[in-house]
Amino acid sequence: MSVVVRVPAQLRSLTGGVGEVKVEASGSLKDTLDEMFLKYPDLKARILDDSGALRRFVNIFVSDEDIRFQEGLDTKVSDGQVISIVPAVAGG
Amino acid sequence: MRDGPVDSATTSTEVPGANARTMILGGNLSFATALRCKECGKLYPVQALHVCEFCFGPLEVDYDYEAIGASISRESIAKGPLSIWRYKDLLPVEGTSYVDLGAGYTPLVKAERLGKYLGLNDLWIKNDTLNPTGSFKDRVVSVALTKAKELGLSVAACASTGNLANSVAAHAVAAGMESYVFIPADLEVAKVITTTVYGGNVIAIDGNYDDVNRLCSEITSEEPNWAFANVNVRSYYSEGSKTLAFEVAEQLGWQIPDHVVVPIGSGSQLTKIHKGFSELRKVGLINDAKTVRISGAQPLGCSPVASAFVEGHDFVRPVKPSTIAKSLAIGNPADGVYALDVVRSTGGSIAAVSDEQILEAIRLLASTEGIFAETAGGVTLAVLMELVSAGKIDKDERTVVYITGNGLKTVEALAPTSKVSDTIPPSLDAFMEFLRKKRSNVLEGVK
Repeated sequence: MSVVVRVPAQLRSLTGGVGEVKVEASGSLKDTLDEMFLKYPDLKARILDDSGALRRFVNIFVSDEDIRFQEGLDTKVSDGQVISIVPAVAGG
Repeated sequence: MRDGPVDSATTSTEVPGANARTMILGGNLSFATALRCKECGKLYPVQALHVCEFCFGPLEVDYDYEAIGASISRESIAKGPLSIWRYKDLLPVEGTSYVDLGAGYTPLVKAERLGKYLGLNDLWIKNDTLNPTGSFKDRVVSVALTKAKELGLSVAACASTGNLANSVAAHAVAAGMESYVFIPADLEVAKVITTTVYGGNVIAIDGNYDDVNRLCSEITSEEPNWAFANVNVRSYYSEGSKTLAFEVAEQLGWQIPDHVVVPIGSGSQLTKIHKGFSELRKVGLINDAKTVRISGAQPLGCSPVASAFVEGHDFVRPVKPSTIAKSLAIGNPADGVYALDVVRSTGGSIAAVSDEQILEAIRLLASTEGIFAETAGGVTLAVLMELVSAGKIDKDERTVVYITGNGLKTVEALAPTSKVSDTIPPSLDAFMEFLRKKRSNVLEGVK
């Protein structure tokens, strides 16, 4: 199964300017991101901290729902879903 | 093409591409030198950037305060316009072609009757309901769109809980810009009408504010020539809130109050009021070393920052909002952690109040001071009352409460309990009978 990961403008220099990346998913969001990091290794340090947790100012949405209201990086992903990586600092 | 970050060891005046005190035609100056990441300190040029490309931390405008100090004075400010632009040297714009509907220089009212009711001897209301579109958002939008035009951005946009929608739609007209305003579909009717009237694009999103905000962040990546007031030009936009501090100090005769109470939505306004008071000292406009205590106010139905404060956390856990104070219904506040830092470092407090307390406070402010606040103003005053009850405000402290939005925008909140005194026929006899009963009731009450 595969999912689409939307990459914000701030990270597109690391994906060759591409804003949507198709990734073969294998269960959890963490596994899906790991799969994406194989192709774009420099993305990892921008999205996850040294302990492997989501960085403080990065939000991830699976099908438009904040993963903090789901199972975090353990959130299950399914075929065809869209995952959005979004800078947390906005609004107000 | 955006410029990348530069090494954090670089001094701000050496930032490639940055406007290091740029002199432009007409002798105008910009003292904004760079954007600095609040987390990792990396520097960026003064462009349409709002987060660090390395750590995603927020970018803050840096200034050459020494140069500002040499340029600005109480006298020069007094000669300026009666608007936020009298403090232009402390705002991140270059020219004087402002996108300006007259935001700012709103009254600071000595609240004698309310103060007496609450047992406070030196209470003041900053009445920001009197801005052009009825809220403090006119301050930040005036700065945001002025900067957007300087940066060559062609479309004005925002994610809004209503007040910002009004202000962006109105200022976009003044700027001659196309506008796209994104709002939650369940917004108060008055806030929708007072946005659509300006004729721009208003898109209602079937979701809450945080959904709208996320969508706008995604759109920003696809439409780099748009100025999303609270996304890609947020670093400049938020600077407009500093004028809430500048004005209060000037209106108090260039003195800093002891304590201010500020509503918290994203937390940006609170942190910028703190920055504003600090800057007055940095540039020599204030010599008083006193630190103003800053307290924050949230509605109980959306109180992630108040919860973090009470629980002693240095992080803010997002919530799903459910409150009548829709302009504060931000479940995932971008500046929540910074608001916590400011409140803790200044010895302030953060409290949350119920919808009933909010409505009671709106009525109290209206019936004591003649100021009709929107629900966010009710939140702020209700939190002041909580702080008084908890003994966290000295009766002689000079306290300023920021009332940042007009009650005409949120009349639905009061509608269920609003009633006329009586309905009578158009006859003098009927009215005299009404008056007789009323006076009789008053006398009964006295007994």
